[in-house]
Amino acid sequence: MANIGVLIETDSTGVKIANYGVMTAAQGEGHQIIAFVMGIAATACTEILGRYGATQVIELSSQGENLAKSPDLQAGLIIDAVKEYHIDFLFGLCSSKGKDIMARVAAQTGAPLAQDCLSVDVAARTVVKPFFSGRTTATLQLNGSLVLCTIRPNAIEEKEAPVTAGAAVFSSARSNDGRLVIKEVKKNPSGRVDISEANIIITGGRPLGSADNFQILGKCADTLGGAVGASRVAVDLGYASHSMQVGQTGKTVSPRLYVACGLSGSVQHFAGMKTAKVIVAINNDKDAPIFQKCDYGIIGDLFEVVPALTEALAKR
Amino acid sequence: MKAYVCMKHVPDTAASIKIVGGKQIDETVKYIISPHDEYAIEEAVRLVEKKGGEVVLVTLAKEAAMATIRTALALGPHRAILVRIDQTFLDSQDTARILAKVIADDGPADIIFAGKQAMDTEGMQTCYRLGAALDMPVVTDVVRFDPAEGKAMVEREIGGGEKEVIEISFPCVIGATKGLNEPRFPKLPDVMKAKKKDVKLIDLKSLNLQLDNSVQVIHLDSVSERSKAKIIGGSTGEAVRELVRILREEEKVLD
Ligand SMILES: Cc1cc2nc3c(=O)[nH]c(=O)nc-3n(C[C@H](O)[C@H](O)[C@H](O)COP(=O)(O)OP(=O)(O)OC[C@H]3O[C@@H](n4cnc5c(N)ncnc54)[C@H](O)[C@@H]3O)c2cc1C
Ligand SMILES: Nc1ncnc2c1ncn2[C@@H]1O[C@H](COP(=O)(O)O)[C@@H](O)[C@H]1O
Repeated sequence: MANIGVLIETDSTGVKIANYGVMTAAQGEGHQIIAFVMGIAATACTEILGRYGATQVIELSSQGENLAKSPDLQAGLIIDAVKEYHIDFLFGLCSSKGKDIMARVAAQTGAPLAQDCLSVDVAARTVVKPFFSGRTTATLQLNGSLVLCTIRPNAIEEKEAPVTAGAAVFSSARSNDGRLVIKEVKKNPSGRVDISEANIIITGGRPLGSADNFQILGKCADTLGGAVGASRVAVDLGYASHSMQVGQTGKTVSPRLYVACGLSGSVQHFAGMKTAKVIVAINNDKDAPIFQKCDYGIIGDLFEVVPALTEALAKR
Repeated sequence: MKAYVCMKHVPDTAASIKIVGGKQIDETVKYIISPHDEYAIEEAVRLVEKKGGEVVLVTLAKEAAMATIRTALALGPHRAILVRIDQTFLDSQDTARILAKVIADDGPADIIFAGKQAMDTEGMQTCYRLGAALDMPVVTDVVRFDPAEGKAMVEREIGGGEKEVIEISFPCVIGATKGLNEPRFPKLPDVMKAKKKDVKLIDLKSLNLQLDNSVQVIHLDSVSERSKAKIIGGSTGEAVRELVRILREEEKVLD
């Protein structure tokens, strides 16, 4: 019998969909799953989190301190809750926010942590995660009375395990030491989903040739409800922003569908997206290396194929 | 200003990784500075060029890392410390405690730069554990660093193109990522000078630290590449319609 905590990420729409895979990873015979939320009422999440197996949803609240300004304060509150609920295995999402908070919890408690896991065996306390930029996976043993892991978004297919979840509030007295303060969050003007959590990604490489041309991909992404990614070359040439880069020195993504337009298929790019479920390449060179390691290919000029694809998608 | 940079020595990003005996790798491949650590080195060097002081590189690795340390010293750090270990994989908590001890003994540090993520074990946590061990605030995924008196304003990427603007006080740990700066290419005189820079060797055993080994590698498995793509032929119109059909009906990845 394990007491499993799951840190849930929310946004303005409520519980983010990417959490369902994390909840699924935490499910198991005899597990008691306690979901922790912040900045949203527990009662607003009991229906959806209960569907994925949470027996309790706990809202973490700080006594008057502004949690949003201090990730260390958030981590402290989580640590207090973990003690209170006798959590022995804490799960989170390997998003920018999730991995930051979990690493803070790990550092403050000294507990072992594995980030970006592809699967977890709760009973054995082992996880599988990428090593060497996805060229290998490693099975790791985590030893400790509390162990932590974050799950790669979309890596685990969601499965419902409905129970009725209770709701409660937990608060503890911690204060911000002021050494690190979040002053402001600069919003992103595109309004598209973050690539690391997107289910569908369409990516452009060097031949896009300009930032303007990237809008061809933007239109296609919008008909798909997906996000736009870029190769490192496209980013370095100024066609796309750093936050869009996929690969070893960019983001790691694991969407359902990945469409690579005008990419040669470098090892470093594949390091960031090879766990996608389906990979499609559009390239005008029939001998491009990418065709050797993806699922479907269309040989053609992306400036023709992508608009045609957008049109075909809009008609579906 | 005394700045430290933690640099990891890792297999080349394009090298093929051969697994030996289940949980080791063939280490005869080319090794490099872990890519994110290049941004850490560059930022530390720029800071000290501006404010004066010293940049000290710290690496925990087998002695083979000496070559990578020389490469890194050509990028501007004044000297280096290599903590010599025998094992290939060391858990993050132990790594951070060792790095913290070495830095505290050599320091005190005004600032520590590291990469947001090592390219071999992809731990994504050493910065935080180092901060906890030395009681310093930590921010990673840093794409902008503006130092001021006793503190810095930094920008941190949080996905979807959004950024957090953070005020952090010194001493602190900064985890660098791509976008922070454009690392320089060393010139020949820099490479020559680097050969003469001081590298202090410390044996892990001489530090008398009790290791926890709380995370252990049980086994490694290679990840197989996909095989050749199925090429969808026909005119552009036919090909895209067929692709959409496959994605909807066969793969079920589109509604
Ligand atoms: C340490 C390190 C880290 C790196 N990290 C990353 C990373 O994180 N992400 C990353 O992406 N790369 C990374 N790289 C770079 C990587 O090695 C490649 O250089 C890069 O991915 C190539 O980008 P590309 O595919 O856009 O361009 P190219 O390799 O130039 O490929 C362009 C492709 O487009 C095709 N093409 C040309 N015109 C058209 C057209 N009109 N229509 C259709 N197809 C066309 C060509 O046939 C070609 O195959 C890294 C490299 C190093 C050394
Ligand atoms: N053995 C090591 N020696 C020196 N620096 C290290 C070592 N391990 C990790 N680091 C630093 O910590 C960063 C993050 O590593 P990690 O948390 O393991 O992904 C790296 O980019 C390095 O800057």
